[in-house]
Amino acid sequence: MATVELTFSALPAHVRTARLVATAIARRTGVEESLLDEVRLAVGEACSRAVEAHRAHCPGEPIRIELRDDSGRFEVTVSDQAPSDEITQDEPFDLGMLSDSFMSGFGIAVIAGLADDVEVFPSPKGTDIRMSWPANGRLTSL
Amino acid sequence: MDLKLDHRTEDGLTIVEVEGEIDVYTAPRLRELLIDLVNKGNFRLLVNMEKVDFLDSTGLGVLVGGLKRVRAHDGSLELVCTQERILKIFRITGLTKVFGIYASVDEAKEAHGKDK
Repeated sequence: MATVELTFSALPAHVRTARLVATAIARRTGVEESLLDEVRLAVGEACSRAVEAHRAHCPGEPIRIELRDDSGRFEVTVSDQAPSDEITQDEPFDLGMLSDSFMSGFGIAVIAGLADDVEVFPSPKGTDIRMSWPANGRLTSL
Repeated sequence: MDLKLDHRTEDGLTIVEVEGEIDVYTAPRLRELLIDLVNKGNFRLLVNMEKVDFLDSTGLGVLVGGLKRVRAHDGSLELVCTQERILKIFRITGLTKVFGIYASVDEAKEAHGKDK
């Protein structure tokens, strides 16, 4: 099992860096090229959500990402330290309902639509979003 | 890649050209442009997404916000997009039912011409 960890300040400018790192590690771990766009978007969504949560609750605390090659899966966990107040919706079709606060729940909806496997662990001390994709494990042999 | 924005008016449509990445860092610039255009009386907007490399839910929120603003003036905000990676996000969130999405600027202009 190979692991890469990344921590970054809760600044929007760092989200692009985080998703580029995640995409690079995914490629080296053996995630199929056709899935890399999904990795990039899902990790970006998780990091954007974490940045927004930190800016609202704890802007001085860093956000942590763990990227692992785990038994044929590329697994990413994005962890924040902000109390969870996530909004979730299933049918976002009514334009009148799409307020800014409603849109903040879109991130997890997008992740759920992209990642092969997603688990969200909200708690008063922060939220962990764990997602994974199939990989052939090249990183461990490098 | 950063975000590049430009706009022009053709046949009564305000065409917003977007190039690069729309994410939590860059989306505020697009939001400001859309608000500025609406405040200046441009209520028929067409956002060309053909050169967008990346779009996340923050960008979707900005587009929805723009749509709400123009609809308050009986206007429209539609999109040009043929990229599967971008269209997929609209499908996942159900927003293909909210936005008019065209394959080209000319196709959108033609559709608006028929509306007149």
